[in-house]
Amino acid sequence: MQYNWHWKVLLEAEPGGTGTYLQYLIVGLGWTLVTALAAWVIALAVGAAVGTIRTTPLHWLVRLGNLYVEIFRNVPLIVQMFLWFFVVPELLPKALGDWIKQMPPPWGSYLPAVMCLAIFTSVRVAEQVRAGINSLPRGQRMAGVATGLTEAQAYRFVILPQAFRIILPPLTSEFMNVIKNSSVALTIGLLELTGRARAMQEFSFRVFEAFAAATVIYLLTNLIVVLAMRALEKKVRVPGLIAAGGAPQAGH
Amino acid sequence: MFAGYDFDVIERSLGYLFREGMTFTLTLTLLAMTGGIIFGTLLAMMRLSSIRVVSVIAGGYVNLMRSLPLVLVIFWFFFLVPYIGAWITGASQPVKVGAWMSAVITFTMFEAAYYCEIMRAGIQSIPRGQVWSGYALGLNYWQTMGQVVLPQAFRNMLPVLLTQTIILFQDTSLVYVISATDFLGAASKVANRDYRLVEMYTFVAVVYFIVSYSLSLLVKQLQDRIAIIR
Repeated sequence: MQYNWHWKVLLEAEPGGTGTYLQYLIVGLGWTLVTALAAWVIALAVGAAVGTIRTTPLHWLVRLGNLYVEIFRNVPLIVQMFLWFFVVPELLPKALGDWIKQMPPPWGSYLPAVMCLAIFTSVRVAEQVRAGINSLPRGQRMAGVATGLTEAQAYRFVILPQAFRIILPPLTSEFMNVIKNSSVALTIGLLELTGRARAMQEFSFRVFEAFAAATVIYLLTNLIVVLAMRALEKKVRVPGLIAAGGAPQAGH
Repeated sequence: MFAGYDFDVIERSLGYLFREGMTFTLTLTLLAMTGGIIFGTLLAMMRLSSIRVVSVIAGGYVNLMRSLPLVLVIFWFFFLVPYIGAWITGASQPVKVGAWMSAVITFTMFEAAYYCEIMRAGIQSIPRGQVWSGYALGLNYWQTMGQVVLPQAFRNMLPVLLTQTIILFQDTSLVYVISATDFLGAASKVANRDYRLVEMYTFVAVVYFIVSYSLSLLVKQLQDRIAIIR
């Protein structure tokens, strides 16, 4: 049983006429990154807010935050993707829903994909932010309030700056998760890297070359993210703290 | 707001959804969990091995799996397994492997990497003295691992292993990309046949939520119980 490798296929023209297959995949990586980055920015903002809220003494806000986290943590990503793509436009006011549905490709898939990944990831960010805040000694908050800061100022100037620096390593792996999870967007028609590898396999019948190329691109992307984040982590590490290893966590 | 929606479609297809779809999903989850934990534990032992080649191979495998999107890995195995099958059996043509078999292999191999990291942390959480006393009693490596270290590691990590299994349960819905009829796949087929996407996908989300959330509550309870005993 022999598989005949044919790596030159990467330099052959893809049927869409936009260039070689290699360029086609690189553009896919671009879409992967643009999707992941947009989702990441929203996820950080929403996740920081929800995570912070869950550490406040306001009971009903904490409940609301917990509800949000439980809902989006217990539904599979692909199902959430379908909800954003198929269901949400139907439930919105008709004009808005129609506008979304009629957006030219790829934006019609891009917007739901970004929203879905953003909310899905925000839950995980919220968990990290909450864990980070709770890992600080209680004295920090008390000292803040004792020096005359309001509760909000204590968060702004004492608690959050430390918490964010502590949780940077787990946030790195969440960022890599967004990049990986963005591949699920292929199910709603977004041609990101995995989607394009799949399409290339269908056009060219070169199964393993297509997936191997995508694999290498993903690994290189991971490597770059890890190196960049490691440099950042070194810069913002809180002096005097042992590098946060953290308890083992389930993930995907 | 729900005028024009036909929620009867759910009732009409309940039998199909659960007999075909949910059975597929649950069987796949259980098989992949069992296989994944066994293979993952072996990988963890390999990663902690003092033989460098062994630990490098296991580490490479785990890091590779953890760097790739699950969807891509599903595609890889879907196309690769027939070739591996042919290579093992010596056939001249790729062996026909259905979506089911392919899914079981994929999820076992993929989740093993994640279970490995959990088990590795579990093994490392056992005091070294346990291993030494095992050897001092005359047990060999496999006896020490099997009768002293792993039972404790497994017990310490049980909540995390189960949480990972809930994630696995959710992740199995990705077999949609190879057109397998899991719970989501079955619902999707009904949804597209009757053009009832809103109703079906909402229902699917609710069912997944109920199952995952109940399981996570159980895990939390278990975690508290173990914490007290320890």
